[in-house]
Amino acid sequence: MPTSRRTPSTGRKAEPPTNKGSSQGRSRPAPIPAAAGRRTADMSTSTAPDHIARQLAATPKATLLDMLSKMLLGRRFEEKCAEMYALQKIGGFCHLYIGQEAVAIGALSTLRPDDAIFTSYRDHVHAIVKGVDPGRVMAELFGRRDGVSKGKGGSMHLFDAKAGMFGGHAIVGGHIPLATGVAFASKYRQQDQVTLCFFGEAAVNIGAFHESLNMAALWKLPCIYIVENNRYGMGTSIERASAIYDVAARACAYDMASETVDGMDVLAVRDCISRAVERGRREHAPTLVEARCYRYMGHSMSDPVHGHYRTKEEVEEQKLQDPIKSYFGHLVAAGLIDQQGLEQLDREARAAVERAIAFAEASPEPSADDLYADVYSTPYGPFRRSAE
Amino acid sequence: MPLITYRDALNQALREELRRDPNVFLMGEEVGVYQGAYKVSKGLLQEFGERRIIDTPITEEGFTGVGIGAAMVGLRPVIEMMTWNFSLLAMDQIINGAAKMLYMSGGQFRIPIVVRGPGGAAHQLAAQHSQSIESWYAHVPGLKVVAPSTPYDAKGLLKTAIRDDDPVIFFEGETLYGSKGEVPTEEYTIPIGVADIKRAGTDVTLVAWSKMVSVALKAAEELAAQGVSCEIIDPRSLRPFDDAPILASVAKTNRCVIVEEGWPYAGLGAQIAYQIQQTMFGDLDAPVTRVTGADVPMPYAKNLEHMAMPSPARVVAAVREVLYLE
Repeated sequence: MPTSRRTPSTGRKAEPPTNKGSSQGRSRPAPIPAAAGRRTADMSTSTAPDHIARQLAATPKATLLDMLSKMLLGRRFEEKCAEMYALQKIGGFCHLYIGQEAVAIGALSTLRPDDAIFTSYRDHVHAIVKGVDPGRVMAELFGRRDGVSKGKGGSMHLFDAKAGMFGGHAIVGGHIPLATGVAFASKYRQQDQVTLCFFGEAAVNIGAFHESLNMAALWKLPCIYIVENNRYGMGTSIERASAIYDVAARACAYDMASETVDGMDVLAVRDCISRAVERGRREHAPTLVEARCYRYMGHSMSDPVHGHYRTKEEVEEQKLQDPIKSYFGHLVAAGLIDQQGLEQLDREARAAVERAIAFAEASPEPSADDLYADVYSTPYGPFRRSAE
Repeated sequence: MPLITYRDALNQALREELRRDPNVFLMGEEVGVYQGAYKVSKGLLQEFGERRIIDTPITEEGFTGVGIGAAMVGLRPVIEMMTWNFSLLAMDQIINGAAKMLYMSGGQFRIPIVVRGPGGAAHQLAAQHSQSIESWYAHVPGLKVVAPSTPYDAKGLLKTAIRDDDPVIFFEGETLYGSKGEVPTEEYTIPIGVADIKRAGTDVTLVAWSKMVSVALKAAEELAAQGVSCEIIDPRSLRPFDDAPILASVAKTNRCVIVEEGWPYAGLGAQIAYQIQQTMFGDLDAPVTRVTGADVPMPYAKNLEHMAMPSPARVVAAVREVLYLE
């Protein structure tokens, strides 16, 4: 059994759960390189070694291959974004997800279409995997009218109500209460949807994180908080920002179930989040999940991949654990795909990205009328007269 | 018509809307078991239960965000700020969340939320508990801002605010809760964005909202005794702002004094003065004048607090100035 899983105590006044899982039983150590003389976070995770066999056996082949296909699509989409950013087709801030694909794809593979997700500004892949058409995402990045947010949101604000994509939010941690509110609404309406809320490890030092977890635990709300711990909040490592490195341990403060998972392993994420989803649906209870992962690109497209805050060697070493390659390895070992099959899926991913580019290119810019549209749910007229 | 308090008028509005729409719920500190810090929610827990009347921890950013999230999926939360002073902790949620969500989602996510509570100074509560920050919220596109001065307006506007599909920032007057006024027994609503003439007059236009309406009315009484006729216009909504009745009044009086409790610098009165001069420049017989709170954090000492607040005497002096009397 994984030792880093914690479940809340049964009675409200019971002893808080212990933190013993944080230092033992890790099956897949992945320490980050230590800076000289500095304490470093133990980045190992503790997912049960049997999760791969379990997930491969329990998951339909079509789903397993679809996950690989989505990882490839996410990777190719983001690579194309880097290219489009360099060509200035994409403006503003643009944060890429390359390296972290296993988290979104593993987590979203456990959801129903009517479940909701919130994420931060690194949101392209979450949106696509939740079901938003890649063309409408690319059109949004291009600032075009057919963008998923009509060109008003851009890279950091992708929304699609029909797909259950609740944004794309760009104030670190600011969306955590919002996700908690959607989970509150599910419980209020006595429905069994769950809400997934993704954010980076730097957000756990924000007040909104603590306020939300307290309410979610107090009121038993079906919200799953997924910390994508990629080790750096922009250029500040977790060791330099957080008094404790075991992010999942913060759930103890709220008597909340928690789990640490290898975020570079898509099957481990699926395994872990499916437990949390079950807890949300059945018990209306929240979970805090820490997915330990790594971003291969800079914080945003205007930031360097490595430099003052991390070394080239560190990035290269992490690339050896590429989540797509390792997942492909598992599928090959299980006899579910071969190199040819991979190449076919990759060709399809690249073609989908090309179609997305074509769609975005063909879409018009927003019109002058769009400037004042959707400030209010009724026309802006009376406001404008008094404001200008 | 029954004479009821501003507090009871708000309570009636909440009760009626909670009965009318199961998507409406009230959330905030002490709204349930304690019956409301100012007793606006008295009896609601007993009628609607703890599913819909929700006591929260002291966690303004958190529960405001929870309300906004719930509104994203069509619930109609009424979030009570125990006082607007505490809303500063929730400003990221209100401004970056509620106000911008519809726009940045390309029109997909409406936020039908009301955030309400008392604003302005009460009596000797000192700097952190005495401030009028409606200008801050009125600055933000995407928000609607309302500040009723009478029980009748409070009830009619709160009912409208709860039914509105956009976020409404609802300023109640901390010292108005006990004030009484006529409120009909039959149902009514008041549209957001429609001003009301609180007193008709011919010599000078006074613009005032919330608690400052009573200050303006007292000044008008005194001025009437001096032979000066004041017209008092209460915009009731600060965003959208109904400037037409003000402009029509100034066309008649050619003079305007704006009375506001907030700080002067970059305050709402400056915007109103701008709007008047822009269209009425040729009609003005005197510069538009403002009577505002003093440009200081609110002091505790009774005499200093009095000096820091707009008073009928200061309004009388300002009116006499624009009329060039003495």
